[in-house]
Amino acid sequence: MAGWLFVLTLIAALVAVYKPFGDYMYRVVAGHKHNAAERGVYRLVGVDPAAEQTWGVYARGVLAFSAVSLLFLYGLLRLQDKLWLSLGLPAVTDHIAWNTAVSFVANTNWQAYSGESTMGHLAQMAGLAVQNFVSASVGIAVAVALMRGFAARNGATLGNFWVDLTRITLRILLPVSVLFAIVFMVGGMVQNLSTGADVTTLTGGTQHLTGGPVASQEVIKLLGTNGGGFYNANSAHPFENPSAWTNWLQLFLILLIPFSLPRVFGRMVGQNRQGYAIAAVMAILALGSIALTIAFETHGAGTVPEAAGAAMEGKETRFGVVGSAVYAAVTTLTSTGAVNSFHDSYTALGGMMPMVNMMLGEVAPGGVGSGLYGMLILAIITVFVAGLMVGRTPEYLGKKIQAREIKLASLYFLVTPILVLSGTAAAFATGNAGTALNVGPHGLSEVLYAFTSAANNNGSAFAGITVNTPWWDVALGLAMLLGRFLPMILVLALAGSLARQRPAPETEGTLPTHQPLFVGMVAGVTIVLVALTFLPALALGPLAEGLS
Amino acid sequence: MRLPAWLAQHLAALRAVLVFTVVLGLAYPLLLVGVGKIPGLSDKAQGSMITVGSSLIGQSFTDADGNPIPKYFQSRPSNAGDGYDPTSTGASNLGPESVVDTLSDDPDTVSQSLLTQVCERSAAVGKLEGVDGSRPYCTADGVGAVLAVFHSDGFTGPITRVVSVNQTGAPFVATYQGVTVESAKNDEDYRALGGVITPIRGDAPATPIVPADAITASGSGLDPHISPAYAALQAPRIARERGLDLTRVQELIDENTTGRALGFLGEPGVDVLALNLALDGK
Repeated sequence: MAGWLFVLTLIAALVAVYKPFGDYMYRVVAGHKHNAAERGVYRLVGVDPAAEQTWGVYARGVLAFSAVSLLFLYGLLRLQDKLWLSLGLPAVTDHIAWNTAVSFVANTNWQAYSGESTMGHLAQMAGLAVQNFVSASVGIAVAVALMRGFAARNGATLGNFWVDLTRITLRILLPVSVLFAIVFMVGGMVQNLSTGADVTTLTGGTQHLTGGPVASQEVIKLLGTNGGGFYNANSAHPFENPSAWTNWLQLFLILLIPFSLPRVFGRMVGQNRQGYAIAAVMAILALGSIALTIAFETHGAGTVPEAAGAAMEGKETRFGVVGSAVYAAVTTLTSTGAVNSFHDSYTALGGMMPMVNMMLGEVAPGGVGSGLYGMLILAIITVFVAGLMVGRTPEYLGKKIQAREIKLASLYFLVTPILVLSGTAAAFATGNAGTALNVGPHGLSEVLYAFTSAANNNGSAFAGITVNTPWWDVALGLAMLLGRFLPMILVLALAGSLARQRPAPETEGTLPTHQPLFVGMVAGVTIVLVALTFLPALALGPLAEGLS
Repeated sequence: MRLPAWLAQHLAALRAVLVFTVVLGLAYPLLLVGVGKIPGLSDKAQGSMITVGSSLIGQSFTDADGNPIPKYFQSRPSNAGDGYDPTSTGASNLGPESVVDTLSDDPDTVSQSLLTQVCERSAAVGKLEGVDGSRPYCTADGVGAVLAVFHSDGFTGPITRVVSVNQTGAPFVATYQGVTVESAKNDEDYRALGGVITPIRGDAPATPIVPADAITASGSGLDPHISPAYAALQAPRIARERGLDLTRVQELIDENTTGRALGFLGEPGVDVLALNLALDGK
């Protein structure tokens, strides 16, 4: 009962902010008046805020910014022992630095390292946390560019990447982060530059308590759907998630932007009901998944959960089974990957749900920006399928979905399954799957989870697997890199192609894309596509484990 | 001179990275470190420190050999280092069907399945509190009750051999479907030999006396709380060791129990460190 109230209050809060926060974000990305701080940034960066960009220029901006970010972060990690606030920790080794740099630039936050024993405070705040902000802005910017493609009437341009990056960062992410970092500090989250303190415990033992700028990093970890923990235990750590109400607030922050972006989309295309329809598809898939995860975990099937009497291994007392299960579902329905409990020790089917959520392509509601553009791709595939059924040229929001558009959409959908399945196969073929802690179907689940998480830019893990070997770091790094930027290029190409079209007038035969029928169809297409792609792999892993 | 477009774009990118690093990577966190020095907030921003640690971080209440100190309430099992080590946080990451131990003479290859860890802890807690520590799928001597069952044709056909995989001593059952159960030998992988791994439920009650949080490790390894049920189980021992009234101990438990936040968020938990401090009169 308390568990359902937990979910219901979360829904109520998201419904309450959908309009005001969505409208605010719309004004940020649609506005042309720049304040002094923004003009200062444009001057320092050396760009003209009034210059409109074609999709190609926009995409090259995204790639250039991400490439430089990657090199910068790699350098910072490799040199951390020579810089300040390293806490005496050595330079990060080359393969872990590469993996981590890709991971944070790609908004994944897969962590092949343990925070408290690898990263000094400067690497955390000036390296990792900066990418938590800007990688989130890049995702939102690409989604906004796609919206502009839908909204454009026979135009060639999609806005200006540098302007979007700056405004989204300074007007959306930064103010919300400052506000909620303070709220989190009230809840007990630490925020200091301490190197830690040795204390004598009650029984006379010693304990080294760690410090760090945690609250400032924590809030953007959630708001930007990044997920990388300051400490190894991530949001299970009492300093990163001190109480049940901070746990609720973490989930709210994760879902805030992804669930409000459909409002921006509706405003942008001039029909708010289109935004409601997209938000409805996201909500249906999300609620279904959350309900199943809660059901599987509280039922507690499996030898060890039955022996223990509850699936409490890897879970914190203050969150309980339900507060942990909801977190696991939400973190993987979005591209966050933060954890407040350890998925590897979940029941077989409960642990399958995070994997299924990621395999859905993280569209319900998905990562900041990436969730919305992923969902719009699925909507395009849906109108295409529906158009084939009735023999009409499919259109979405007045834009015809023709050969070029459907090719781009299909390629988009294929990128992650190819990375996930070929990566998993490669791990087994090369013997690198042997680093999995568990054996049998659960070992396969650990490998499959790793590649699913990387290619979908989630970053959570079945953490039993040892992934800080050179092979794993390179392979997962490539999966994260390609899984992030190939789809982005395809989305921007699609946006460019949509922008050039003059919208067709609505006719009798146009499929309305704001009604329950369409909402149901998009949800159905999503589930069918994912089931066809991943069911064989799931059957060998979690399903085999859960049904044996 | 006009730079080539690709170079201009990468230069803009470099400048953008530097600008954002200064704003988001230095100004923003340092501003909040400053905010964290405001009176009222500073205790929390510094880690909620008390004389013997942090009020948010759990501790072990064991002696140098890792044995429970009887006059203290015990925390949950921990996988953070040797237990409650904040420099090495984390969980076991063992799955729900981790049921087969690796038995060996070589201490480096020995490893316990999650099931055996659960059974062993339950037996230990049962012994400490003087209650029945039995659980489903556990043997009386506190390991996972698991058989490797060999059939004549792989998964089918008559049973040819049965091994109790987690026990080198006497098996927990003498026979399985008419076949004598053997004890396990070190360094033998019965799964690889073709045995079907079969956990045996046994007749322990579905809701054991020792609660689940007492025998499972937390996610962080620093869990400051235990369930009210586990605290109640420990209360008679504390009362006995300290010569206190059981009702007085129960009062102290209640005083140090955090209910659900706002009445519906999370689960109630007993703050073990605060409770032990209260018992010590500190």
